[in-house]
Amino acid sequence: MHWVFEPGFFSSGPVQVACAVGSIVAVVSGVVGVFTVMRGQSFAGHSLADVATAGGSGAFLAGINPLFGFVAGGVAGAGAMEMMGVRRARGRDLATGIVLGASIGLAALFLYLGTTRSSTTGASQQILFGSIFSVAGSTVPIVAVLSVLCLAIMALVHRPLLLSSVSIDMAAARGVRVRVVGLLYMLALALAVGLSSLAIGAILSTALLIGPAAIALRLTKRIGWAMLTASLTGAGAILLGVLLAYDSYDWSSTHAYWPVSFFIVVIIFLGYLVTELPFVRTAAARRGDDTATVTERGR
Amino acid sequence: MASTHPGAASGDLLGVEGVSVSLSGRQILDNVSFGVRAGEFTGLIGANGAGKTTLLRVILGLQRPNAGRVLVLGAPRSHRNRSMGYVPQKILLDPDMPLRARDLVALGIDGNRFGIPKPSRQRRDAVDEMLHAVDAESFADARVGTLSGGEQQRVLIAHALIGRPQLLLLDEPLANLDLKSGQEVVTLLDRIADEHHIGVLLSAHEMNPLLPVMDRIVYLAGGRAASGPTDEVVRDEVLSALYGYEVHVHTLHGRILVVAGPMEESGLPPDPSLKVV
Repeated sequence: MHWVFEPGFFSSGPVQVACAVGSIVAVVSGVVGVFTVMRGQSFAGHSLADVATAGGSGAFLAGINPLFGFVAGGVAGAGAMEMMGVRRARGRDLATGIVLGASIGLAALFLYLGTTRSSTTGASQQILFGSIFSVAGSTVPIVAVLSVLCLAIMALVHRPLLLSSVSIDMAAARGVRVRVVGLLYMLALALAVGLSSLAIGAILSTALLIGPAAIALRLTKRIGWAMLTASLTGAGAILLGVLLAYDSYDWSSTHAYWPVSFFIVVIIFLGYLVTELPFVRTAAARRGDDTATVTERGR
Repeated sequence: MASTHPGAASGDLLGVEGVSVSLSGRQILDNVSFGVRAGEFTGLIGANGAGKTTLLRVILGLQRPNAGRVLVLGAPRSHRNRSMGYVPQKILLDPDMPLRARDLVALGIDGNRFGIPKPSRQRRDAVDEMLHAVDAESFADARVGTLSGGEQQRVLIAHALIGRPQLLLLDEPLANLDLKSGQEVVTLLDRIADEHHIGVLLSAHEMNPLLPVMDRIVYLAGGRAASGPTDEVVRDEVLSALYGYEVHVHTLHGRILVVAGPMEESGLPPDPSLKVV
């Protein structure tokens, strides 16, 4: 087994922290991501990630834990997007695009100032593309608390959110406070993006949010199962990515650790490709019994 | 003959009294009044843009009228009115959305509540019973997004009915259906209105598919409404007054045609099967 798990893999402190943080973050991203994909808000998720980038690089410049910057940026971005209005999709699209451009510009400035002051050139890499091996052990409890908060919000709004994802009018007619539910969901999304930024970097955080959820929606037809599948898929991708990155030290020509984020994103991408394969789709449909039924009825 | 603005009678399930709505300076509804009774099927008929959806939104409390009021069981409607079920015009659901037909029906029980529901036998039985009532058992476990338009309508009707409303509002449920599915939905609604003794208010731009089941009609044109039994409203003089110009009502093989202009120029032969007008 030594050629799979390099000596020292399990006893390495950074590896243990990476596996713990990665698994927690995967569960949060899976639960929130299913709704993000279902509501067609991938772009909103990505925009929050860009605002989180600005927050994270600001935190780096100020010398505080980037996680706080990621989360603060995401929450501020979510609030701003919510204020731009729920109904006017086109106007919001435009405003969101402009805000995210400005955020990345701000991040460029913060990272430039931060690296010239402290001459740590790894900061840009860490904020933008993540470095889960450098997460401090003391961050794990904070990650756990924010994750519990995010999951609690999702448990709270689960039903009204599902109903308003089907139809806003139907939910409103049923007495759902659509805006309150939407705002709480955006808060959960901001938390998920912030946590995911810590694991695989702000720029890549959307991959962890969207990818496993998209895979899960292909394979399951009940929302609970979709959340579970997305969480497990994401956790699997992160743990495998951590392992491959750890091993990369030995086989890479320069004897350097390749970025974990690279492996995680590639694994998620390959997983998505697999669910696109015709025979996988057919098998999933047969197990799910829905597409097959529809085909029989001649649609 | 029905007057153009009859007030809602007392004892009506739903009373719409003198409702006017202006949206961005344009008058959408102008002093609209009518009533809906229990166990009756009321058709809300008007061309596209006549204000049908706006009127339904006012009744649901999603749109505030500039004037007038809506009474539910004789009292002003409250924000969280449980006595109305609503089927929206169209829902666009991705086939990948992990929501089975039975899940959407279950959301009709407590979809507005916070927290995680406790699964119970009673809950499952209620969903099964409602799926049976709308003939949706054969696709109960399929994703809603993969269903045909007619099947989705059935599921949405079950979703609206499972909360035991006294009034069912449907916005253009026949718009995207083929003729056969449309007829099935109409027959189903008629049966439900009868069995559950609820009032059904259904909007449509075409009245003919509803003629066999429609007890009363609310005819919308230019933001104004005429209401009453179908044969009292769909008449030359009532509709001409409503439109503000001369229109004629023709009946052809039991189908009603409303055409503008003097009778002689319409070129339609008199129809011996003339039933209503």
